[in-house]
Formats: sequence, structure tokens, C-alpha cells
Amino acid sequence: MNDTLAGWLQILALAGALALTHRPLGDHLAHCLTNSRHLRPERLVYRAGGVNAGTDQTWAVYLRAMLAFSLVSVLFLYAFLRLQNQLPLSLGTRPMPPDQAFDTAASFVTNTNWQSYSGESALGHLVQMAGLAVQNFVSAAVGIAIVATLIRGFTRQRTDRVGNFWVDLTRITLRVLLPLAFVFAMVLVAAGVIQNFHGAHSVTTIAGQHQSITGGPVASQEAIKELGTNGGGFYNANSAHPLENPTGFTNLAEIYLMLVIPFSLPRTFGTMTGDRRQGHALLAVMALIWAASVAVATANELHSVSSPAGHAAGGMLEGKEQRFGIWGSVLFAVSTTLTSCGAVNSAHDSFSPGGGGLLIFNMMLGEIAPGGTGSGLYGILVLAVVAVFVAGLMVGRTPEYLGKKLGSREMKFASLYILTTPALVLAGSGIAMALPGQRAAMANPGPHGFSEVLYAFTSAANNNGSAFAGLSANTVWYNTALGLVMIFGRFLPMVFVLALAGSLARQRPVPVTAGTLPTHRPQFVGLLTGVILIVVGLTFFPALALGPLAEGLH
Amino acid sequence: MLVRLPPMMRRHLSALRMLLVFTAVTGLAYPLAVTGLAQLAFAHHANGSLIEEHGRPVASALLGQSFALPKRNPADAGEQLRPDPRWFQPRPSAADAGKGAGPYDPLASGASNLGPANQVLVKEVAARRAAVAAFDGVPPESVPADALTASGSGLDPDISPAYAEEQANRVARARGLSPVVVRRLVAARQQGRSLGFLGSPHVNVVELNHALAALH
Amino acid sequence: MPATTHRVSGGLLDPRQLVTSFPAALRKLDPRLMVHNPVMFVVEVGAVLTTLSAVKDPGVFPWVITVWLWLTSVFANLSEAVAEGRGKAQAETLRRTRTRTTARRLTGWRPGAGPGDEEEVPAAQLRLGDHVVVEAGQIIPGDGDVVEGLASVDESAITGESAPVIRESGGDRSAVTGGTTVLSDRIIVKITSRPGETFIDRMIALVEGAARQKTPNEIALNILLASLTIIFLVAVVTLQPFAIFAGAEQSIVILVALVVALIPTTIGALLSAIGIAGMDRLVQRNVLAMSGRAVEAAGDVNTLLLDKTGTITLGNRQAAEFLPVDGVGADELADAAQLSSLADETPEGRSVVVLAKQRHALRARGEGELEHATFVPFTAQTRMSGVDIDGRRIRKGAAGAVTAWVTEGGGAAGEEVGRITERISAGGGTPLVVAVQDRQGARVLGVIHLKDVIKEGIRDRFEELRRMGIRTVMITGDNPLTARAIAEEAGVDDFLAEATPEDKMALIKREQAGGKLVAMTGDGTNDAPALAQADVGVAMNTGTSAAKEAGNMVDLDSNPTKLIEIVEIGKQLLITRGALTTFSIANDVAKYFAIIPAMFAAAYPGLDKLNIMRLHSPASAVSSAIIFNALIIVALIPLALRGVRYRPSSAAALLSRNIWVYGLGGLVLPFLGIKLIDLLVQLVPGLH
Repeated sequence: MNDTLAGWLQILALAGALALTHRPLGDHLAHCLTNSRHLRPERLVYRAGGVNAGTDQTWAVYLRAMLAFSLVSVLFLYAFLRLQNQLPLSLGTRPMPPDQAFDTAASFVTNTNWQSYSGESALGHLVQMAGLAVQNFVSAAVGIAIVATLIRGFTRQRTDRVGNFWVDLTRITLRVLLPLAFVFAMVLVAAGVIQNFHGAHSVTTIAGQHQSITGGPVASQEAIKELGTNGGGFYNANSAHPLENPTGFTNLAEIYLMLVIPFSLPRTFGTMTGDRRQGHALLAVMALIWAASVAVATANELHSVSSPAGHAAGGMLEGKEQRFGIWGSVLFAVSTTLTSCGAVNSAHDSFSPGGGGLLIFNMMLGEIAPGGTGSGLYGILVLAVVAVFVAGLMVGRTPEYLGKKLGSREMKFASLYILTTPALVLAGSGIAMALPGQRAAMANPGPHGFSEVLYAFTSAANNNGSAFAGLSANTVWYNTALGLVMIFGRFLPMVFVLALAGSLARQRPVPVTAGTLPTHRPQFVGLLTGVILIVVGLTFFPALALGPLAEGLH
Repeated sequence: MLVRLPPMMRRHLSALRMLLVFTAVTGLAYPLAVTGLAQLAFAHHANGSLIEEHGRPVASALLGQSFALPKRNPADAGEQLRPDPRWFQPRPSAADAGKGAGPYDPLASGASNLGPANQVLVKEVAARRAAVAAFDGVPPESVPADALTASGSGLDPDISPAYAEEQANRVARARGLSPVVVRRLVAARQQGRSLGFLGSPHVNVVELNHALAALH
Repeated sequence: MPATTHRVSGGLLDPRQLVTSFPAALRKLDPRLMVHNPVMFVVEVGAVLTTLSAVKDPGVFPWVITVWLWLTSVFANLSEAVAEGRGKAQAETLRRTRTRTTARRLTGWRPGAGPGDEEEVPAAQLRLGDHVVVEAGQIIPGDGDVVEGLASVDESAITGESAPVIRESGGDRSAVTGGTTVLSDRIIVKITSRPGETFIDRMIALVEGAARQKTPNEIALNILLASLTIIFLVAVVTLQPFAIFAGAEQSIVILVALVVALIPTTIGALLSAIGIAGMDRLVQRNVLAMSGRAVEAAGDVNTLLLDKTGTITLGNRQAAEFLPVDGVGADELADAAQLSSLADETPEGRSVVVLAKQRHALRARGEGELEHATFVPFTAQTRMSGVDIDGRRIRKGAAGAVTAWVTEGGGAAGEEVGRITERISAGGGTPLVVAVQDRQGARVLGVIHLKDVIKEGIRDRFEELRRMGIRTVMITGDNPLTARAIAEEAGVDDFLAEATPEDKMALIKREQAGGKLVAMTGDGTNDAPALAQADVGVAMNTGTSAAKEAGNMVDLDSNPTKLIEIVEIGKQLLITRGALTTFSIANDVAKYFAIIPAMFAAAYPGLDKLNIMRLHSPASAVSSAIIFNALIIVALIPLALRGVRYRPSSAAALLSRNIWVYGLGGLVLPFLGIKLIDLLVQLVPGLH
């Protein structure tokens, strides 16, 4: 079988698996988010946590609970990282320095998993599994919880209640993430991923030299790292590392895992709103962008477009693993940058200008195709609100989406949402580029060096976590700046989404008539795709021109 | 005496309690359960797919190793490593912390992160092409890309079948073996795509060299 | 006063208006005014920056950019000034009417008490509840209700309609408007509005745009535009450090030019003009909206409550058929019917004469031709009318009355008459029985079928509305049977028969509870609560003051069909905003392709590939983009004033059309425009 056929089959197999599973998983998520019955283990959790699971909260109360939980998580994780040498299973590691501990805590709580440390040398097993991996679960659950409130905003009427944070958090973790993670952790182990508590032990190699073979509870962390679109690798090389991702099969399994929840949530949306076609339309937009991105990036990598190094080597294999090949690496790279996962199985820094530039652009889209767990759907819903607003005017009515009018209040929150992340990306990159000391962190010269900085802030603001890893980001300045950007990039949009949800839930729905803009047809799919591409394209065109475009156009 | 805490304090206290509950469930119970089951059902894989020689592990089949000649001066961290002609050589590796552990150091996994137009990389590739061609006695243009590029992890245990094939003559010559025997060994170790269509065909250098060592 | 001089012709822009509005546009450059429009404020600040830069570091290019940035600001103000200017002339005329009026105030007037003392006061001094007397030739000094007398009034000052109207005390035609002229007779008017709040005052404020507040959709759109402006500002401000790293530091002039090119100036400049023009389009159709909010709500209406009479049917029933009973010839019946109707000046009566002429070639005979005829007029007691001629007594009227008359005359009506009348009633018509008493005795000749005549084209109109997603409900006092028949013939979606004001109110509330927006027309005092409850309540100008107070629009022509036009204008207003927003944003693509290579091709020659328009030089490219950006505003002023073409159709079809025209058009047009401008400006020394 040649590479091309195998590559296509791999993509089709992935698409087929997602198509098969998005319905049951989407409906299961909808059930978890709407069912009124608490399971016994959940009641135990509520009692142990001392929270009231009985009543729904207003958006402001929901927000305060979410922020409290996140703040406590950051502090807890920070303390954990600073004190890890005092704890069991520390493997002789040192406490993480304060700036890096802040960066890491912010990174994992915000579902970003940007890593300025190397897992194999900086962290012990306990902090990986009981510190970082816990956030892999709950930060993913928080994302889904927030989108649940937005969906409820559309489905509920004349109420100020958008759900109960503790219930959403607990149910998503216990009913969805934990069982799936467990099953896939076992699948990964069966395919070769390690799962033990060994420290690094030195062996005399076949050629008689010495090598340290590392251990760790990798599979359990790998499964939730992908499933929760977290992306923080157990090891520095992340999913390129053979112990995290040993075969072509585990590679596809990991890609599937990072895509499965984001691609199932539109179904959840359709089910909860009682109009599955609405979910299909959003799914179509996501799938369209994803497929186009896979196609363009793969073509760029296969043909070494504008890549002297690739031409010199006869193929774009720098930074890519032999067992995955170009197809398996690009499929992973595109999926990870479009899902806010940020796990990497190849060095994005060494991608062709077109391929690497597209990875940056993928993140600039705001992580919506399909985006992170929960955050992808709320991101695309906010963009849909903007698209519906402009299109709604064009059909001569006060714009409405799913029966809810988009007035000035709704537009205020939607506008703030779409404003936040680009502002963070551009301001962060701008400041970094204005400081000579920070520019020096670039590993590559010229436009590619600028792309590294742009990538870093794009990744942090959009909570992706992958990197053009040449950038030496473990400095006090980058740890602090990126940590702050991650926090603002995560929680400001969430505030706006919750406020939007509250505002929508209060409304009485408007009946659908022939004068209502239909939001389930191919027309809307095209419109929304166009709005997303044009708005993002216009915002970032100058920056992209000086990075990937300047590098790629000759 | 019960002190009524202000709402903000209570909220954060609840949040902390919830976090501790989740830490217990997802941070302790979950990895322990996975580990327990993994060690029961897939112990070999769970422990790193170790390759043993005389009861002692010599490698993980998943982690590439360096097959270079011993350094002339072990104290010199900057000394250029020379490939050992008796072994199949893996891909170039960036997993080198520069602390003397050499490339293929699992404590320093990572890529070169050199950009596609970076002249350092272009020159490095050209230098590798010349060196590999001379080393394996083949024309420079026939050297496959994986032999010229560092992998993403720096621990890639695999090379392309073409690169393995290229090295067979040189290894046979260095070891005084028949090229046919070595080729047969390579052919036997060649792995296709997972499930027939996932990933790329490859040859695991660690396993291949281990088999090679067993020939004696 | 010529009635139509102050009317602006339908939406066309007279180029002279651009010139005459220029001074006003310059005055609007005051930053305190500009700050209300964030997009254009950014342009003005940018213009100030480039001016400073051009003064400090003069050159052709900085000055070209500076001049065109100022022009951009002026053009934006110009669009608003032109839109406002169109109302100004009208307001001027109205104001003159108001100031020169004096009132003859009656002191101590009581109903039926006869003329009291009279004093002359300026109209502006009238108080609520004052009584004034107005006689033929005088101008009515303020809004009010006629409490005594009847007069014909010339309302052309307000309506533009020169035919006089009758205003009389009591009933639903008692309201008079200040500024209108009494043509005949004498009336006493009770003033119902405070000075400064009269209808004319409000109208002046309205047409001048002084009372204009931003509508909800406009606010929402402004928020979106402001946030886009901020995003582009950030994108350009942060571009400088990137550019410095690339070794291509940019001048302040170029950066300002990029910002102005990117922010949505086209829609930002025209937004306010679109709103004013929308109100103006209503004024041109003789509808006064009390707020822009009402105009917008009109576009959102889901349900139209339409009065049957005057909207769906012609004002009156018409004879459609003569149905003779057995043994009577059709011509005989027609002849009798015609004779009995000759003196009947009601529309129904006239229609009988017309029908007789059309169907039976019976010439209408003048009253003079019938020497021995005695006409019997209709009275409420007899409920019949007719004629006594040559010993024949012919009567026509309601079935019951005529049957009784026949029985009284010794005849028998017969069962057949009953069947015919029932059939007509069931079909929604009104039967008029014609009987005769002569030597052969009293007997019924047959029945005239009076029918509501559905207005021509109204069915298609409702079909259009359905496509737009609007439900029509016919309101009528008829019985359900009649109502159903008419509703089916007219093609309305639903009807409310034997409607009382309470029923109307309940219907509106029911619709609104389902989240629907309701529009209705009304004129009577008992319509007032429903008009107030409806989202769009259009009061007829002929109606009572109470109705006009309660509604949020007044139709000066008092034409209920206009509700449909109002809905269309509301939609057109929103569509114009949406279309120009889309156009504005789509424009940016071409501007990037002009400006980005101009900025960076020197540092990264590869970026010259983005110069797909092959513009002459960096300076000419940037200038062309800015000049295009400014000129497109002027070019679109007529569109903003006229509104985009609107043809009723489904939302999906509308959207497709507008995306193709304004989205794709907005994408392509600037490529051509900028290239053309570049071909010209490259000839300017200093820009190549």
C-alpha cells in the first residue's frame, strides 16, 4: 500500500470512527446535562465537597463557583509544584521555581497545558498524576459545563437559572470523562504505552553504553490528556515520545480521543435544543474547516513547499517520527491545533511555512473547529451569534438565533468575546517583540523566529498549549506573561459566555416563521464558515504576513 | 462554637473540598486502578516493552539507542560522536542534554525545532547526507530523508526500510557477515503499518541490532 | 399653500444636496459630536495625527493621505447632513405655519351654552382644555377635538393631500390638527395638546432628526462595529514592533492609513444616514413614526391585524348579481332594482345602478325623466328604500323588512326567497330583497346579491406576506359565516369575526404571549388600548386624538393598507444596515492586498506576490486604498438614503441575494476600484 492510499484510509477511518460515536456520546452528554437524578456516587461527592446540588444557579452564582474552583485549583497546583520534593514519588526532583510553577498551574487549570518544563526531568510521578492530571479532568469538565449553560440559555425561557456548576462538573467528570479515560488508558497500555511507577533506571545498552529508561503512570495521563483536549505531555516530547505514543494505531487512537468530545458536542447541542439540524450545521462547519486544514497542511508537508531544509533532506521528516510518517504527523498536528489540545507528535517548529503557518491560523480561529472540550462549541456558538446578527439584519428582522433575539446586550457579550483572544494574542506578541531581551528567546532567525513568538501567544491565549518549541519560554518574563495570557484567555471569554447565557435564558423565545433566518441549512454553514475565516483572517493577516507568509513567499 | 463564615470564604472552602475529592478520585484512584489492571493484563507493555539480555534489561523496544563508537575522550562533552559501522544506525537525535549522556537520552526527549528555512538545518542536512553516503558507501542522492533528519522525540527507535536496506552492506562488511544474512534479518524485522494502514512502514533499529547481536 | 412643494421626491439624491449640505458636514467635524460615532471618531483622530505628521515631515504622500482622511470624515458627516437636510425644508414650512397662527380663545364656554366671550391669543399660549373657535379660512391653532359643529378642513399642510376632509363633533372623525385650515363652516375645538407638544411640533422634530434616538438594532450594530474597530486598532498598533523586527518600521501616516482602511468606515459613515432616511421614507409615504424603535419593530412584525373594510375589501359592498324568483324575468328584477336605487346615493345604491347598466343595458334614468316618481328614502324604522311610480310601489331592503311589507300588502314572500337569502348570507354576502306592489298585488321579485369586493391584488399581497413569514388576521364586525367567506376569498390566514375592542385586545395579547410582534391599524377611541398594546400601532389621521396618542405611528392618508408598506420599510431599513456592514467588512480583503505588500515588500520581497492588483508603488497603493475608502462612502450615500432593493421573499432567499450582491460585491468591487484609482494617482508626482 502506498503512502497516499494509507494516508487517505487513515483519515477516513478517523472520520468513520467519529461519525459512529458522536451520536451516542453526544446524546449521553445531553442526558448528563439535563437529567435531574443524581447518582449515588455523585451524592457522595456533593456531601464530601459540602456543596448544594439541589438548585440551579443564576449565571453570576455559577460564575463565582467556577472562578472559586479555578482559583483554588491554581493555588493548590502551585503549592503542589513548589513542594513536590517533600512528597512521595518525587524521584529526587527539585521544587519548581515560582514563575514556572505559576505558569504551569495556570496552564493546567486553563486547559492549556503549555509546558515550559520537561516532564521527565522536572516532575515526579505524584505531581503529574495527582496534580496535573486532575486538572486534565476538571478543566475539561469546566469547559463542558460552561457550554452547557450557554445551551440552556437557548433552551430555557424566562428564567435566571442556567444550571448548577457543581452538578455539571461532577457529572461530566464521573459519567463521561472518567469511564472513557479508563477504557482508553487500557487500550493504550495494550498497544504499548507504559503504566508503572518506576523512576528512571539506567541500563547498559546493546552497544554497551548507558541509557536511562524512564517510567511513570503514562497511559492513565495520556488518555485524559487527549480526551480532555489538555495536551500536556508526560514527557517533553509529548506524543512524539515512543512511550506515550508507540505505534501508528496509538497515534490514531490519540487523535480520535482529542476529537471525539468536541465533535460530539454539536450533537449534544442539537439534542438539548430539540432541533438536531442545528447541531448538524455547526458540526458541518467544524468538519469543513478541519478537513480543509488537513488537506492544505498535508499538501504543504508532502511537497516541502518553500522549505529549503525539506528539499535538502528529500522530505519534511525533521521533527517527525518515522512510525507516523508525514500523513500521521500532519493529521495529529492539525487536529491538535484545531481542538485546543496542544499535544504534539511532531515538531511544529520544523513544519513547512505553509503547514506551520496553518497550524498558527488554526489556533487563531479561536479553537472552534471542533475546538476544546466545551470551549469549542461555545466558541463557535458565539461566532454563530455574530454571523446570525449580520445575516439577520440582511433579512430585515431583528436577528434571532434559535428563537432568542440578539439585541445590544447579547451583542455586547459576543463582541467582547471575539475581541478578547485576538487582543491578548496581538498585545502579548507585540510586547514580546518590543522587548529585545524577549526577542532573544527565538531559536530561529528571521520571520520564523517571529512566528515562534506569535505561536506562543496564540497558543496561550487560545488555551492550546502546543508550541513552536524552539522558543526558550522558560524565563521569568515568558512564564509570567504567558501565564497571565492563559488565564485571561480562558476566563474572560467564560465570563462573557455565562453572561450571554444568562441574558438568553431570560428571554421569551420568538416563534420561527418563514421570515426567520434558517440556521440549519448549507447556506448558514457557508455563511458561518465565511464569517469565521474572514473575521480571523482580517484580524491576523498583518501578523501572518510577517511570519509564515514572509517565510513562505519567495 | 460555630462561626458563620462570609459567603466568599465558604464558597472557596467548598471549592477546595471539591478539588480534594476530585484529586482523590481522578488523581489517585484512577491512575492506581489503571496501573493495577495494566500490570495484571499487559505487564510487558506497561513496564516499557523491555528487551532483556541474560536477565538484565538492555533496552526498551520503544526507545531508540545510540550505536556510536565509544568516545575517544569520555570527558569531552563536545566531542563529535562517530557511528559504529557494526550496527545499524538510527536517525539523528536531538535528545541530547549536552551533559555527556549523548543523544537518545530519555531524560532529554525533544526535537531540534529548527525551522524549514533555517540555514543551520539546511547545512546540517547537507553535511549528514555527505557523511552518511560516505559511511554507507552509497551515492549521496540515494540517502533517504529519515537518515538526514532528527525525529520529534529524539528517541525514535525506527528508521525507514530504505535506510535499513542502505546500511545492510556496510553492517555485513563490518561484521564479516554475508549481506544476504543481514538483509534477511532486516526483512524479518521490517514492520508494516499498524492494522495495515496506520503510520509508515519502519524497521526498529533497537530490535534489529539486538537480533544482530544475537547472531554471534 | 401648494400642498406638495415640501415633499422630497422618492429617494433620489439631488447632487445639489451634497453641495448645500457641505457646511453642515464641516460643522459636524466637532470632536464632541464625532465621539458618538466611534468608527468615524477614530478616523478623525487619525486625520489629526497624519496632519501633524505631514506638517512636521512634509511630502506629497503624507499630504495626500491627510487630505483624504479629512475628506473621509467629511463625507461621513455629509451623508448624515444630506439625510437630515431632506427633512429641513419640510420642517421650515411647518414651523412658519405654527408661528404665525393666532387663536380665538373662548372663555367660559360650555356645551350648548352658546358663544361665550372671545379673546385673541398667540397659538403658543394655548393651554390644555382651552376651547377655541375656528371659522372658514382660518388656521386651526392647535391639536384638539371638535366639540361643536362640522367643517371641511384642508389638511394638505400635513398630509400633502389637497382634497378637503370633513371634521365633526362626536364620533371618530372629531380630531383636528393644528396648522390645518378650515375651509367652510365654523367649529369649536377643545385643545388636547400642550404647546410645544403638538402634532406639528413632533413632526418638525421628527423630520429634522432632532428627536432621533438610536434604535435597539442600531445600538447592537454599533457595539459590533466598535469591537471590530478595537480589534483592528490593536492589530495595527501591535504591527509596529513586528515591523521593526522585520526591519521595516512604518511611518505614522501608513499605520493610520491601515487602520482607517480596515475599520468599518463605510457602514460607520452611513449608519446614521440610513436611520434618518428610513424615517424619511415613511414620511414620504405620509406616515409619521413616533420613534425609530417603532420602524424597526415594524420589520419584526409576525402578525398583522387588518381591518376588513378599507384594507381587504373596498369600503363598501357592491351589487354583484340579480337573483329573480321563479316566474320573474331577470330584466324585470333589474329594472325594479334600478328604479328603487336611483335616488339612493349610498355606494351600495349606486352599485345597483351600475350593475343594471352593465348586465342588463339599463341606462340610468335621471330623476327628471321620471315625472311621477316619488322616492322613498331609507329610514331606520322602515329599513327600506324605494320609489312609487306609475302606480307601482317598489321597495328594496333587508329581507325581514321587505317580507313584512309584502305580507302587509296581502302577498306572500314564498319559500324561495328565504332559500336565496340564506344562500347569499352563507356565502358572506348581503341579500337585498326587491318587492313590488301593483295591480297584481304585493310580491317579491327577487334578491340583489350585495357583496364585499376584495381589493384587487390583495390576495397576492397576502401571499407575499406569508413568504415573509407574516401572518395576517382579518378583523371584522361581520358574523363568522360572512367573515370566513371573505377571509377565504382574500387569502388571509385567520380572521376575528364580530370583533369587539376587547376581542382585539385579547387577540393581541395572545399573539404576544407566544413571542410574536403584532401590528394593527385603528382609528376609533375604543381602538386606543389595542393600539397601545400592539407593537406597531398605526393610527389613522382621521381618527380620534385618543387613537393617535395611543399608536406609535400615524398614517396621514388614513389608508389601512399602508401597514404592509410600513412593514416593508422596516425590513428595508434593517437590510440596508446589514448589507452595508457586510459590504464594509468584505472591502477589507482588497485593502489588505493593496497595503500589506506596500508596507513590507521592501523587507520581504516575497510579499510582493500579494500585490495581485499590481499597484504602481507603495505610495500609490496606500493612497488608492484610502481614496477608494473615502469615495465609496459618497458613492453609497444614495443607496443609504434610498435603502437597498427589497422584494418580499423568504429569509433564505433574501440572505442569498444580499450575500451575493453585498458580500461578493464588497469583495470584488474594491479590487477594481483601487486598481482604477491607482492608474490615476500614479500620475501624481510624488506618488511613484
